[in-house]
Amino acid sequence: MTIFIPTPLRSFAGGNKTMEVSAGTVAGALDELMSAYPELRRQLFNEQGKVRAFINLYLNDEDVRYLPLKEATEVSAKDTLSIIPSIAGGC
Amino acid sequence: MTQMTEANALPELTAEELARYSRHLILPEVGEEGQRRLKAAKVLCVGTGGLGSPLAFYLAAAGVGTLGLVDFDVVDASNLQRQIIHSTADIGRKKLDSATDKLEALNPAINVVKHETLLTSANALEILKDYDIVADGTDNFPTRYLVNDACVLLRKPNVYGSIFRFEGQASVFATEQGPCYRCLYPEPPPPGVVPSCAEGGVLGILPGLVGVIQATEVIKLILGAGELLVGRLLLVDSLSMRFRELKLRKNPECPVCGPNPTVTKLIDYDQFCGIVPAAKEESRVKNGVPQITPVELKRRIDAGEDVFILDVREPFEHQIANIGGKLIPQNDVPQRLAEIDRDREIIVQCKSGGRSQRIAEFLLQNGYPKVVNLVGGILAWSDQVDPKVPKY
Repeated sequence: MTIFIPTPLRSFAGGNKTMEVSAGTVAGALDELMSAYPELRRQLFNEQGKVRAFINLYLNDEDVRYLPLKEATEVSAKDTLSIIPSIAGGC
Repeated sequence: MTQMTEANALPELTAEELARYSRHLILPEVGEEGQRRLKAAKVLCVGTGGLGSPLAFYLAAAGVGTLGLVDFDVVDASNLQRQIIHSTADIGRKKLDSATDKLEALNPAINVVKHETLLTSANALEILKDYDIVADGTDNFPTRYLVNDACVLLRKPNVYGSIFRFEGQASVFATEQGPCYRCLYPEPPPPGVVPSCAEGGVLGILPGLVGVIQATEVIKLILGAGELLVGRLLLVDSLSMRFRELKLRKNPECPVCGPNPTVTKLIDYDQFCGIVPAAKEESRVKNGVPQITPVELKRRIDAGEDVFILDVREPFEHQIANIGGKLIPQNDVPQRLAEIDRDREIIVQCKSGGRSQRIAEFLLQNGYPKVVNLVGGILAWSDQVDPKVPKY
C-alpha cells in the first residue's frame, strides 16, 4: 500500500512524499514507515505510543479512529494511508 | 443561518443591482430570491490576509450585503505575493483600511464593517453574534480554536480554510448536523512543531485557491444550494494539482459540540495551545533552552564578546540575509555535529525562532551544555537591532 507523508513531516522522512509498504494492517504499515524513518516516531506518537491528537490517520477516505478494528484493520496493496496533520496557515 | 429567512422578508433588488447581478439572476440555483438572500446576508471574514483577500473580494463581488472584517495588522511588502486585496501603495497602511477601500471600490452598495482588533475570548462572541456565517482565514492555532468554539456556542457555520506551502485544507464546520474543528483535531500541536507560513513559506496562489473554495461554501450556505463541505475535508495539493476528500465525523466525545460538552464558554486559547506570553517567554527558558533577545545579543557583541551563532536556515535564506552565523541547515545538523564546538556557547538562529528552538533542544539532548535560542530570529533582529538586514 501507499503511505502519503504530509509536507510538514517530509523532512523527517528523507524528503519523500510517499512510501510503498507491504504490511497487512494499518499498524504494520506504520511500523514499516517508522523503521525506515525512525525520526518520524516522535513526530507521530506521544510518550504513551498513541497517535498525537493533532495528527489524523486516514485509510483511503476513512478516519482510522472510526474503523471498527482501528489500527488493526487489514489493508491491501491498493489502499492508501494518509497522515493528515493540522495546519493553521492563512496568511 | 439556523433557518432560512422567508422570501418575502428579503430586501428588494434595485435596478442597478438587477443589472450588476444579471449572470447570477439567470442561474436557477441563485435567481432573484438567491440574490436577495446574498444581499441580506452578513458574513464575517476573520483575517484579511492570504485567505481573506480572495474570500472578501468574491463575497463583495457576489453582493453579500454585509461583510465584517477582523484584522489588526498593517500591510507589509512580503504580503503582496499573495494578499491580492492589498497593493504596493498600501504598504504600511492598516490592512482593514486597505481592504475596505478595495471592496467599496468593487461594490459600493455593500456594507463593510471594520473590526480593528485581535479576536480574543473577551470579544469574540460579541463580534460574531451579529453575523450569519463566519469564514476563518486566520493564521494561528489559538485563533482557529477560538473561532471554532465561538461558532459552536453561537450555532453559526464556520467556513474553514488552511494552507501550508503547496497544500491546503477546507471544510465547513459547526453546522447543526456536522462536525466541528475539534472533532477533526481535538488538540493543537505543541508550539513550534507545525511551522507557520512565515517559517515554511507558501505558494502565492494557494490562498487564492483555498480562499475561493471558502467563498464558494459561504455563498452555497447563503443560497441553501448544492452540497456543502460538511462532514468532508477537502485536501488541495497545488504541486501535483490533486484534490482529495476525506470523511469527517462528528466526534461523540467532542468537548465542545458533543452531547456532553466540557467547553461551554470560551477559554484561554493561548494557554490551550501552550503559548507563553511573549514578554515572559523572552526572559525565560523554553523546554530547557534559555532564550536571548536580539537586543541582548547585540549588546554582548558590542561589548566585544566573541559569540558563536549557528544559523540553521537553508543556504538561500542565508544568502538573502545573515548576521554572521555559521550556516548548517537544520536537517544537516545531526550529521555535522563535529563542526559545532561543544565547549562554546551556541546561539542558534533561524528566520523567526521556531526552527532554531527545535535545533537548540536537539543540541541539548546531544550533550551540548550551553545552547541558547535567538528569540524571533533574523526577522526580530531586523526589527529591533538592524533594519538594514533585509526581511523576507
